[in-house]
Amino acid sequence: MTRAGIIRIGVLVGAVAALEAACRAGYVNRQAVIAPSEMVRGAWRVLGTQEARGHIAETLTTVSLAFLLSVIAGFAIGVALHRLPRFRRAVDPLLASYYAVPTFVFYPVFIVLFGLNRWPLVAIGFLFAVVAVAINTLDGLDRLPPVFMRTARVLRLSPRQTLLRITVPAIAPWLFTAVKFAVAYSFIGVIAGEFVQAGSGIGFAIAFAYNSFDNLTMYGLMLLLFAFVCTLNMSLWTWEQKLYARRGGR
Amino acid sequence: MRAAADVDVPVPASPPAVRRAGRLGDSALVLLGLLALWQFGSWVVGAAVLPAPAATLAKLWAIMSSSDFGGHAWETGRAFLSALAIAFAAGLAIGLLLGAHRLSAEVAEPILVALYAIPKITLYPIILLLFGLGISAKIAFGVIHGIVPVAVFTMAAVRNIRPVYLRAARAMRLTPVQTAGRIMLPAALPGIVSGLRIGFSLTLLGTLIGEMFASQRGIGYLLVKAMETNDVATVVALATLLIVVATIVSGALLALNRRLDRSPKPGR
Repeated sequence: MTRAGIIRIGVLVGAVAALEAACRAGYVNRQAVIAPSEMVRGAWRVLGTQEARGHIAETLTTVSLAFLLSVIAGFAIGVALHRLPRFRRAVDPLLASYYAVPTFVFYPVFIVLFGLNRWPLVAIGFLFAVVAVAINTLDGLDRLPPVFMRTARVLRLSPRQTLLRITVPAIAPWLFTAVKFAVAYSFIGVIAGEFVQAGSGIGFAIAFAYNSFDNLTMYGLMLLLFAFVCTLNMSLWTWEQKLYARRGGR
Repeated sequence: MRAAADVDVPVPASPPAVRRAGRLGDSALVLLGLLALWQFGSWVVGAAVLPAPAATLAKLWAIMSSSDFGGHAWETGRAFLSALAIAFAAGLAIGLLLGAHRLSAEVAEPILVALYAIPKITLYPIILLLFGLGISAKIAFGVIHGIVPVAVFTMAAVRNIRPVYLRAARAMRLTPVQTAGRIMLPAALPGIVSGLRIGFSLTLLGTLIGEMFASQRGIGYLLVKAMETNDVATVVALATLLIVVATIVSGALLALNRRLDRSPKPGR
Protein backbone atom coordinates (compact mmCIF):
# COMPACT_ATOMS: atom_id res chain seq x y z
CA MET A 1 0.00 0.00 0.00
CA THR A 2 1.19 3.52 -0.72
CA ARG A 3 2.31 5.90 1.99
CA ALA A 4 -0.72 8.13 1.32
CA GLY A 5 -3.01 5.13 1.72
CA ILE A 6 -1.54 4.24 5.12
CA ILE A 7 -1.80 7.84 6.34
CA ARG A 8 -5.39 8.00 5.04
CA ILE A 9 -6.39 4.94 7.07
CA GLY A 10 -4.62 6.43 10.07
CA VAL A 11 -6.55 9.71 9.70
CA LEU A 12 -9.90 7.90 9.41
CA VAL A 13 -9.22 5.57 12.35
CA GLY A 14 -8.05 8.56 14.39
CA ALA A 15 -11.23 10.51 13.58
CA VAL A 16 -13.49 7.59 14.56
CA ALA A 17 -11.49 6.99 17.76
CA ALA A 18 -11.69 10.68 18.66
CA LEU A 19 -15.46 10.66 18.21
CA GLU A 20 -15.74 7.49 20.27
CA ALA A 21 -13.63 8.99 23.06
CA ALA A 22 -15.55 12.29 23.00
CA CYS A 23 -18.87 10.44 23.23
CA ARG A 24 -17.72 8.13 26.04
CA ALA A 25 -16.30 11.06 28.00
CA GLY A 26 -19.59 12.92 27.63
CA TYR A 27 -18.28 15.90 25.63
CA VAL A 28 -20.94 15.26 23.01
CA ASN A 29 -24.66 15.42 23.71
CA ARG A 30 -25.89 11.82 23.64
CA GLN A 31 -29.25 12.98 22.30
CA ALA A 32 -27.49 14.39 19.23
CA VAL A 33 -24.64 12.03 18.35
CA ILE A 34 -24.03 8.50 19.58
CA ALA A 35 -20.66 6.77 19.78
CA PRO A 36 -19.43 4.92 16.66
CA SER A 37 -19.52 1.59 18.51
CA GLU A 38 -23.19 2.24 19.30
CA MET A 39 -23.81 3.02 15.60
CA VAL A 40 -22.36 -0.36 14.67
CA ARG A 41 -24.58 -2.02 17.27
CA GLY A 42 -27.57 -0.16 15.80
CA ALA A 43 -26.66 -1.23 12.27
CA TRP A 44 -26.37 -4.85 13.38
CA ARG A 45 -29.74 -4.72 15.14
CA VAL A 46 -31.37 -3.08 12.11
CA LEU A 47 -30.03 -5.77 9.79
CA GLY A 48 -31.70 -8.38 12.00
CA THR A 49 -35.23 -7.05 11.53
CA GLN A 50 -37.46 -8.13 8.69
CA GLU A 51 -38.93 -4.64 8.37
CA ALA A 52 -35.62 -2.82 7.81
CA ARG A 53 -34.49 -5.43 5.29
CA GLY A 54 -37.69 -4.71 3.38
CA HIS A 55 -36.94 -0.96 3.35
CA ILE A 56 -33.41 -1.60 2.14
CA ALA A 57 -34.54 -3.94 -0.65
CA GLU A 58 -37.18 -1.40 -1.67
CA THR A 59 -34.65 1.44 -1.95
CA LEU A 60 -32.07 -0.67 -3.78
CA THR A 61 -34.65 -1.79 -6.38
CA THR A 62 -35.77 1.81 -6.96
CA VAL A 63 -32.20 3.07 -7.26
CA SER A 64 -31.25 0.27 -9.68
CA LEU A 65 -34.22 1.08 -11.91
CA ALA A 66 -33.43 4.81 -11.91
CA PHE A 67 -29.76 4.04 -12.56
CA LEU A 68 -30.40 1.69 -15.50
CA LEU A 69 -32.92 4.00 -17.15
CA SER A 70 -30.68 7.06 -16.73
CA VAL A 71 -27.60 5.33 -18.17
CA ILE A 72 -29.49 4.07 -21.23
CA ALA A 73 -31.37 7.31 -21.87
CA GLY A 74 -28.38 9.53 -21.03
CA PHE A 75 -26.16 7.64 -23.48
CA ALA A 76 -28.81 7.86 -26.21
CA ILE A 77 -29.28 11.59 -25.59
CA GLY A 78 -25.51 12.13 -25.69
CA VAL A 79 -25.14 10.31 -29.02
CA ALA A 80 -28.16 12.12 -30.50
CA LEU A 81 -26.91 15.56 -29.42
CA HIS A 82 -23.49 14.78 -30.86
CA ARG A 83 -25.09 14.04 -34.23
CA LEU A 84 -26.99 17.36 -34.20
CA PRO A 85 -24.31 20.04 -33.58
CA ARG A 86 -26.58 23.05 -34.14
CA PHE A 87 -29.24 21.76 -31.75
CA ARG A 88 -26.54 20.92 -29.28
CA ARG A 89 -25.08 24.43 -29.32
CA ALA A 90 -28.54 25.77 -28.57
CA VAL A 91 -29.13 23.30 -25.70
CA ASP A 92 -25.63 23.71 -24.24
CA PRO A 93 -26.43 26.56 -21.82
CA LEU A 94 -29.40 24.58 -20.52
CA LEU A 95 -27.29 21.45 -19.96
CA ALA A 96 -24.58 23.48 -18.24
CA SER A 97 -26.98 25.02 -15.72
CA TYR A 98 -29.14 21.93 -15.29
CA TYR A 99 -27.68 21.01 -11.92
CA ALA A 100 -28.36 24.48 -10.56
CA VAL A 101 -32.04 23.53 -10.63
CA PRO A 102 -33.30 21.70 -7.55
CA THR A 103 -34.90 18.86 -9.52
CA PHE A 104 -36.65 17.34 -6.54
CA VAL A 105 -39.15 20.24 -6.48
CA PHE A 106 -40.92 18.29 -9.24
CA TYR A 107 -41.43 15.34 -6.94
CA PRO A 108 -45.00 16.41 -5.98
CA VAL A 109 -45.87 16.78 -9.67
CA PHE A 110 -44.67 13.23 -10.26
CA ILE A 111 -46.71 11.99 -7.31
CA VAL A 112 -49.85 13.48 -8.85
CA LEU A 113 -48.83 12.03 -12.22
CA PHE A 114 -47.83 8.48 -11.19
CA GLY A 115 -49.57 8.06 -7.83
CA LEU A 116 -47.92 7.50 -4.44
CA ASN A 117 -45.80 4.46 -5.33
CA ARG A 118 -42.16 3.86 -6.33
CA TRP A 119 -42.41 5.44 -9.80
CA PRO A 120 -42.19 9.12 -8.72
CA LEU A 121 -38.96 8.15 -6.90
CA VAL A 122 -37.60 6.40 -9.99
CA ALA A 123 -38.45 9.52 -11.99
CA ILE A 124 -36.60 11.82 -9.55
CA GLY A 125 -33.51 9.58 -9.46
CA PHE A 126 -33.62 9.34 -13.24
CA LEU A 127 -33.92 13.13 -13.74
CA PHE A 128 -31.03 13.67 -11.33
CA ALA A 129 -28.72 11.22 -13.08
CA VAL A 130 -29.62 11.35 -16.77
CA VAL A 131 -28.04 14.71 -17.62
CA ALA A 132 -24.71 13.80 -15.99
CA VAL A 133 -24.60 10.68 -18.20
CA ALA A 134 -25.47 12.72 -21.31
CA ILE A 135 -22.84 15.38 -20.56
CA ASN A 136 -20.08 12.81 -19.99
CA THR A 137 -21.05 10.86 -23.12
CA LEU A 138 -20.84 14.08 -25.16
CA ASP A 139 -17.49 14.88 -23.56
CA GLY A 140 -16.14 11.49 -24.60
CA LEU A 141 -17.52 11.70 -28.15
CA ASP A 142 -15.91 15.14 -28.55
CA ARG A 143 -12.51 13.65 -27.82
CA LEU A 144 -12.94 10.64 -30.11
CA PRO A 145 -10.09 10.85 -32.66
CA PRO A 146 -11.60 11.28 -36.17
CA VAL A 147 -9.29 8.52 -37.49
CA PHE A 148 -11.34 5.93 -35.55
CA MET A 149 -14.48 6.82 -37.48
CA ARG A 150 -12.57 6.84 -40.74
CA THR A 151 -11.21 3.37 -39.98
CA ALA A 152 -14.74 2.18 -39.28
CA ARG A 153 -15.80 3.47 -42.69
CA VAL A 154 -12.82 1.87 -44.39
CA LEU A 155 -13.72 -1.47 -42.79
CA ARG A 156 -17.36 -0.94 -43.83
CA LEU A 157 -18.72 -1.53 -40.36
CA SER A 158 -22.46 -1.21 -39.92
CA PRO A 159 -23.66 1.62 -37.62
CA ARG A 160 -24.34 -0.96 -34.90
CA GLN A 161 -20.88 -2.49 -35.24
CA THR A 162 -19.30 0.97 -35.21
CA LEU A 163 -21.11 1.81 -32.00
CA LEU A 164 -20.27 -1.45 -30.19
CA ARG A 165 -16.77 -2.10 -31.53
CA ILE A 166 -15.36 1.41 -31.89
CA THR A 167 -17.32 4.16 -30.13
CA VAL A 168 -18.16 2.51 -26.83
CA PRO A 169 -14.68 1.06 -26.15
CA ALA A 170 -13.00 4.31 -27.25
CA ILE A 171 -15.01 6.49 -24.89
CA ALA A 172 -15.06 3.91 -22.07
CA PRO A 173 -13.27 6.20 -19.57
CA TRP A 174 -15.95 8.88 -19.97
CA LEU A 175 -18.71 6.31 -19.81
CA PHE A 176 -17.17 5.06 -16.58
CA THR A 177 -17.28 8.55 -15.12
CA ALA A 178 -20.89 8.77 -16.31
CA VAL A 179 -21.72 5.49 -14.54
CA LYS A 180 -20.12 6.72 -11.31
CA PHE A 181 -22.17 9.92 -11.46
CA ALA A 182 -25.30 7.94 -12.27
CA VAL A 183 -24.83 5.72 -9.19
CA ALA A 184 -24.28 8.68 -6.87
CA TYR A 185 -27.05 10.83 -8.33
CA SER A 186 -29.72 8.14 -8.49
CA PHE A 187 -29.02 7.34 -4.82
CA ILE A 188 -29.24 11.03 -3.87
CA GLY A 189 -32.45 11.56 -5.85
CA VAL A 190 -34.25 8.48 -4.56
CA ILE A 191 -33.26 8.96 -0.90
CA ALA A 192 -34.17 12.66 -1.02
CA GLY A 193 -37.59 11.75 -2.41
CA GLU A 194 -38.09 9.12 0.29
CA PHE A 195 -37.32 11.73 2.92
CA VAL A 196 -39.81 14.20 1.51
CA GLN A 197 -42.76 11.89 1.01
CA ALA A 198 -42.89 8.10 0.83
CA GLY A 199 -44.27 5.15 2.74
CA SER A 200 -41.20 2.93 2.62
CA GLY A 201 -37.49 2.85 1.82
CA ILE A 202 -34.33 3.75 3.72
CA GLY A 203 -34.96 7.50 3.59
CA PHE A 204 -38.44 6.99 5.02
CA ALA A 205 -37.12 4.63 7.72
CA ILE A 206 -34.44 7.16 8.80
CA ALA A 207 -36.97 10.01 8.93
CA PHE A 208 -39.35 7.76 10.89
CA ALA A 209 -36.64 6.79 13.41
CA TYR A 210 -35.69 10.46 13.79
CA ASN A 211 -39.27 11.48 14.47
CA SER A 212 -39.61 8.77 17.12
CA PHE A 213 -36.26 9.67 18.82
CA ASP A 214 -34.87 6.22 17.98
CA ASN A 215 -31.23 7.29 17.61
CA LEU A 216 -29.90 3.73 17.56
CA THR A 217 -31.99 2.76 14.52
CA MET A 218 -31.38 6.11 12.84
CA TYR A 219 -27.60 6.02 13.11
CA GLY A 220 -27.57 2.31 12.30
CA LEU A 221 -29.43 2.91 9.04
CA MET A 222 -27.21 5.88 8.16
CA LEU A 223 -24.09 3.82 8.77
CA LEU A 224 -25.40 1.00 6.57
CA LEU A 225 -26.30 3.41 3.76
CA PHE A 226 -22.97 5.25 3.81
CA ALA A 227 -21.00 2.02 4.07
CA PHE A 228 -22.88 0.61 1.09
CA VAL A 229 -22.47 3.72 -1.10
CA CYS A 230 -18.77 4.05 -0.21
CA THR A 231 -18.07 0.36 -0.90
CA LEU A 232 -19.83 0.64 -4.25
CA ASN A 233 -17.81 3.74 -5.19
CA MET A 234 -14.54 2.20 -4.08
CA SER A 235 -15.11 -0.97 -6.10
CA LEU A 236 -16.03 1.08 -9.18
CA TRP A 237 -12.90 3.15 -8.65
CA THR A 238 -10.68 0.06 -8.33
CA TRP A 239 -12.24 -1.49 -11.43
CA GLU A 240 -11.63 1.76 -13.32
CA GLN A 241 -7.96 1.83 -12.31
CA LYS A 242 -7.55 -1.73 -13.56
CA LEU A 243 -9.19 -0.76 -16.84
CA TYR A 244 -6.79 2.17 -17.28
CA ALA A 245 -3.81 -0.02 -16.46
CA ARG A 246 -4.86 -2.43 -19.22
CA ARG A 247 -5.30 0.39 -21.71
CA GLY A 248 -1.82 1.65 -20.85
CA GLY A 249 -2.93 4.95 -19.36
CA ARG A 250 -5.51 7.34 -20.67
CA MET B 1 -32.67 30.90 -60.87
CA ARG B 2 -30.74 29.74 -57.88
CA ALA B 3 -30.32 32.01 -54.93
CA ALA B 4 -26.78 33.05 -54.14
CA ALA B 5 -26.74 31.05 -50.91
CA ASP B 6 -27.48 27.82 -52.78
CA VAL B 7 -24.30 27.98 -54.83
CA ASP B 8 -22.02 25.20 -53.73
CA VAL B 9 -18.90 27.16 -52.78
CA PRO B 10 -17.31 27.41 -49.35
CA VAL B 11 -19.08 30.18 -47.49
CA PRO B 12 -16.70 32.64 -45.78
CA ALA B 13 -16.89 32.26 -42.02
CA SER B 14 -19.46 34.63 -40.58
CA PRO B 15 -18.10 37.24 -38.16
CA PRO B 16 -18.34 36.28 -34.47
CA ALA B 17 -21.12 38.79 -33.78
CA VAL B 18 -23.36 37.20 -36.41
CA ARG B 19 -22.50 33.72 -35.17
CA ARG B 20 -23.32 34.69 -31.62
CA ALA B 21 -26.65 36.20 -32.70
CA GLY B 22 -27.47 32.97 -34.57
CA ARG B 23 -26.64 30.92 -31.50
CA LEU B 24 -28.84 33.13 -29.31
CA GLY B 25 -31.63 32.70 -31.85
CA ASP B 26 -31.22 28.91 -31.67
CA SER B 27 -31.31 28.99 -27.87
CA ALA B 28 -34.46 31.11 -28.01
CA LEU B 29 -36.00 28.52 -30.35
CA VAL B 30 -35.16 25.74 -27.90
CA LEU B 31 -36.75 27.74 -25.08
CA LEU B 32 -39.86 28.27 -27.18
CA GLY B 33 -39.90 24.55 -27.94
CA LEU B 34 -39.71 23.75 -24.22
CA LEU B 35 -42.58 26.15 -23.50
CA ALA B 36 -44.63 24.53 -26.28
CA LEU B 37 -43.86 21.08 -24.84
CA TRP B 38 -44.93 22.30 -21.41
CA GLN B 39 -48.20 23.71 -22.80
CA PHE B 40 -48.82 20.49 -24.73
CA GLY B 41 -48.06 18.36 -21.67
CA SER B 42 -50.46 20.45 -19.66
CA TRP B 43 -53.20 19.75 -22.23
CA VAL B 44 -52.48 16.03 -22.23
CA VAL B 45 -52.35 15.36 -18.46
CA GLY B 46 -54.72 18.18 -17.45
CA ALA B 47 -54.14 21.54 -15.75
CA ALA B 48 -54.76 19.99 -12.31
CA VAL B 49 -51.59 17.89 -12.68
CA LEU B 50 -49.41 20.27 -14.68
CA PRO B 51 -50.60 23.90 -14.85
CA ALA B 52 -50.01 25.65 -18.19
CA PRO B 53 -47.18 28.23 -18.58
CA ALA B 54 -49.47 31.27 -18.67
CA ALA B 55 -51.41 30.13 -15.60
CA THR B 56 -48.11 29.47 -13.81
CA LEU B 57 -46.85 32.96 -14.56
CA ALA B 58 -50.08 34.45 -13.25
CA LYS B 59 -49.82 32.32 -10.11
CA LEU B 60 -46.18 33.30 -9.64
CA TRP B 61 -47.13 36.97 -9.97
CA ALA B 62 -49.85 36.50 -7.34
CA ILE B 63 -47.41 34.76 -4.96
CA MET B 64 -44.72 37.39 -5.48
CA SER B 65 -47.05 40.30 -4.90
CA SER B 66 -48.48 38.86 -1.68
CA SER B 67 -47.34 40.76 1.42
CA ASP B 68 -45.40 37.97 3.15
CA PHE B 69 -43.43 36.78 0.10
CA GLY B 70 -40.74 39.42 0.59
CA GLY B 71 -40.03 38.08 4.08
CA HIS B 72 -39.76 34.49 2.85
CA ALA B 73 -37.52 35.44 -0.07
CA TRP B 74 -35.30 37.53 2.21
CA GLU B 75 -35.02 34.62 4.66
CA THR B 76 -33.97 32.21 1.90
CA GLY B 77 -31.60 34.78 0.39
CA ARG B 78 -29.97 35.50 3.74
CA ALA B 79 -29.49 31.81 4.56
CA PHE B 80 -28.21 31.07 1.06
CA LEU B 81 -25.73 33.95 0.96
CA SER B 82 -24.35 33.08 4.41
CA ALA B 83 -23.99 29.43 3.41
CA LEU B 84 -22.36 30.45 0.14
CA ALA B 85 -19.87 32.74 1.88
CA ILE B 86 -18.89 30.01 4.36
CA ALA B 87 -18.72 27.25 1.72
CA PHE B 88 -16.60 29.37 -0.65
CA ALA B 89 -14.21 30.66 2.03
CA ALA B 90 -13.73 27.31 3.78
CA GLY B 91 -13.65 25.33 0.52
CA LEU B 92 -11.03 27.65 -0.99
CA ALA B 93 -8.89 27.52 2.15
CA ILE B 94 -9.06 23.70 2.32
CA GLY B 95 -8.40 23.36 -1.40
CA LEU B 96 -5.42 25.74 -1.40
CA LEU B 97 -3.84 24.13 1.68
CA LEU B 98 -4.31 20.55 0.45
CA GLY B 99 -3.35 21.39 -3.13
CA ALA B 100 -0.11 23.04 -2.08
CA HIS B 101 1.04 19.92 -0.24
CA ARG B 102 1.27 16.85 -2.44
CA LEU B 103 1.02 14.15 0.23
CA SER B 104 -1.94 15.81 1.98
CA ALA B 105 -3.75 16.01 -1.35
CA GLU B 106 -3.17 12.30 -2.01
CA VAL B 107 -4.43 11.45 1.46
CA ALA B 108 -7.49 13.69 1.29
CA GLU B 109 -8.71 13.25 -2.28
CA PRO B 110 -10.51 9.88 -1.99
CA ILE B 111 -12.07 10.97 1.31
CA LEU B 112 -13.40 14.17 -0.27
CA VAL B 113 -14.70 12.30 -3.32
CA ALA B 114 -16.47 9.78 -1.07
CA LEU B 115 -18.03 12.67 0.87
CA TYR B 116 -19.19 14.18 -2.43
CA ALA B 117 -20.99 10.99 -3.48
CA ILE B 118 -22.91 10.15 -0.31
CA PRO B 119 -26.53 11.30 -0.16
CA LYS B 120 -26.03 14.16 2.29
CA ILE B 121 -29.75 14.61 2.78
CA THR B 122 -29.49 11.63 5.13
CA LEU B 123 -27.51 13.83 7.51
CA TYR B 124 -30.39 16.21 8.11
CA PRO B 125 -31.42 14.67 11.45
CA ILE B 126 -27.87 15.15 12.75
CA ILE B 127 -27.79 18.76 11.56
CA LEU B 128 -31.13 19.41 13.25
CA LEU B 129 -29.96 17.79 16.47
CA LEU B 130 -26.75 19.81 16.46
CA PHE B 131 -28.05 23.21 15.28
CA GLY B 132 -31.72 23.15 16.27
CA LEU B 133 -34.57 24.46 14.14
CA GLY B 134 -33.92 27.79 12.50
CA ILE B 135 -31.59 29.61 10.18
CA SER B 136 -28.34 28.07 11.44
CA ALA B 137 -29.50 24.56 10.49
CA LYS B 138 -30.35 25.78 6.96
CA ILE B 139 -26.98 27.47 6.60
CA ALA B 140 -25.19 24.33 7.85
CA PHE B 141 -27.13 22.23 5.37
CA GLY B 142 -26.17 24.55 2.51
CA VAL B 143 -22.53 24.53 3.61
CA ILE B 144 -22.16 20.73 3.77
CA HIS B 145 -23.48 20.50 0.21
CA GLY B 146 -21.36 23.29 -1.25
CA ILE B 147 -18.03 22.99 0.53
CA VAL B 148 -16.84 19.67 -0.95
CA PRO B 149 -16.96 20.54 -4.69
CA VAL B 150 -15.28 23.90 -4.04
CA ALA B 151 -12.49 22.16 -2.11
CA VAL B 152 -12.08 19.33 -4.66
CA PHE B 153 -11.93 21.65 -7.69
CA THR B 154 -9.60 24.15 -5.98
CA MET B 155 -7.30 21.33 -4.92
CA ALA B 156 -7.16 19.89 -8.44
CA ALA B 157 -6.55 23.36 -9.95
CA VAL B 158 -3.71 24.11 -7.53
CA ARG B 159 -2.11 20.72 -8.14
CA ASN B 160 -2.13 21.36 -11.88
CA ILE B 161 -0.25 24.68 -11.64
CA ARG B 162 2.91 24.47 -13.72
CA PRO B 163 5.85 23.87 -11.36
CA VAL B 164 7.87 26.60 -13.07
CA TYR B 165 5.51 29.25 -11.67
CA LEU B 166 6.18 28.05 -8.14
CA ARG B 167 9.91 27.91 -8.82
CA ALA B 168 9.74 31.49 -10.07
CA ALA B 169 7.94 32.44 -6.84
CA ARG B 170 10.75 30.84 -4.84
CA ALA B 171 13.38 32.54 -6.95
CA MET B 172 11.75 35.89 -6.20
CA ARG B 173 11.60 35.00 -2.50
CA LEU B 174 7.89 35.58 -2.19
CA THR B 175 6.37 34.89 1.23
CA PRO B 176 3.83 32.02 1.40
CA VAL B 177 0.98 34.56 1.55
CA GLN B 178 2.33 36.40 -1.49
CA THR B 179 2.78 33.10 -3.35
CA ALA B 180 -0.81 32.12 -2.60
CA GLY B 181 -2.25 35.54 -3.59
CA ARG B 182 -0.03 36.47 -6.55
CA ILE B 183 0.85 33.11 -8.13
CA MET B 184 -1.38 30.23 -7.06
CA LEU B 185 -4.73 32.00 -7.07
CA PRO B 186 -4.41 33.63 -10.53
CA ALA B 187 -2.91 30.48 -12.08
CA ALA B 188 -5.62 28.23 -10.68
CA LEU B 189 -8.49 30.67 -11.27
CA PRO B 190 -10.28 28.89 -14.18
CA GLY B 191 -10.46 25.62 -12.24
CA ILE B 192 -11.51 27.43 -9.08
CA VAL B 193 -14.36 29.20 -10.88
CA SER B 194 -15.63 25.82 -12.16
CA GLY B 195 -15.69 24.65 -8.55
CA LEU B 196 -17.48 27.80 -7.42
CA ARG B 197 -20.12 27.28 -10.13
CA ILE B 198 -20.89 23.75 -8.93
CA GLY B 199 -20.60 24.89 -5.31
CA PHE B 200 -23.17 27.60 -6.03
CA SER B 201 -25.71 25.10 -7.39
CA LEU B 202 -25.25 22.60 -4.59
CA THR B 203 -25.35 25.24 -1.86
CA LEU B 204 -28.68 26.46 -3.25
CA LEU B 205 -29.93 22.86 -3.31
CA GLY B 206 -28.75 22.26 0.25
CA THR B 207 -30.25 25.48 1.60
CA LEU B 208 -33.62 24.72 0.00
CA ILE B 209 -33.65 21.15 1.31
CA GLY B 210 -32.74 22.48 4.74
CA GLU B 211 -35.64 24.91 4.55
CA MET B 212 -38.04 22.20 3.53
CA PHE B 213 -37.34 20.20 6.68
CA ALA B 214 -36.05 22.58 9.27
CA SER B 215 -37.92 25.80 8.97
CA GLN B 216 -41.11 27.77 9.24
CA ARG B 217 -39.94 30.46 6.82
CA GLY B 218 -38.41 30.77 3.38
CA ILE B 219 -39.12 29.53 -0.13
CA GLY B 220 -38.34 25.91 0.74
CA TYR B 221 -40.95 26.10 3.49
CA LEU B 222 -43.54 27.56 1.08
CA LEU B 223 -42.72 24.71 -1.28
CA VAL B 224 -43.14 21.95 1.30
CA LYS B 225 -46.35 23.54 2.60
CA ALA B 226 -47.76 23.57 -0.95
CA MET B 227 -46.67 19.93 -1.37
CA GLU B 228 -48.50 18.89 1.79
CA THR B 229 -51.70 20.62 0.74
CA ASN B 230 -51.37 19.25 -2.79
CA ASP B 231 -51.29 22.77 -4.23
CA VAL B 232 -49.65 21.91 -7.56
CA ALA B 233 -50.06 25.42 -9.01
CA THR B 234 -47.93 26.92 -6.23
CA VAL B 235 -45.33 24.14 -6.49
CA VAL B 236 -44.90 24.64 -10.23
CA ALA B 237 -44.84 28.44 -9.87
CA LEU B 238 -42.12 28.34 -7.17
CA ALA B 239 -40.17 25.71 -9.11
CA THR B 240 -40.25 27.97 -12.18
CA LEU B 241 -38.99 30.91 -10.11
CA LEU B 242 -36.11 28.83 -8.72
CA ILE B 243 -35.23 27.45 -12.14
CA VAL B 244 -35.13 30.90 -13.76
CA VAL B 245 -32.99 32.43 -11.00
CA ALA B 246 -30.61 29.45 -10.82
CA THR B 247 -30.22 29.29 -14.60
CA ILE B 248 -29.45 33.01 -14.92
CA VAL B 249 -26.80 32.99 -12.17
CA SER B 250 -25.30 29.73 -13.41
CA GLY B 251 -25.20 31.11 -16.97
CA ALA B 252 -23.36 34.21 -15.77
CA LEU B 253 -20.81 32.10 -13.89
CA LEU B 254 -20.41 29.86 -16.95
CA ALA B 255 -19.71 32.90 -19.16
CA LEU B 256 -17.07 34.06 -16.65
CA ASN B 257 -15.65 30.53 -16.61
CA ARG B 258 -15.34 30.42 -20.42
CA ARG B 259 -13.76 33.88 -20.55
CA LEU B 260 -11.11 32.85 -17.99
CA ASP B 261 -10.44 29.65 -19.92
CA ARG B 262 -9.85 31.65 -23.10
CA SER B 263 -7.71 34.39 -21.60
CA PRO B 264 -4.09 34.27 -22.80
CA LYS B 265 -1.80 32.19 -20.63
CA PRO B 266 1.78 33.41 -20.60
CA GLY B 267 4.39 30.81 -21.42
CA ARG B 268 2.09 28.32 -23.12
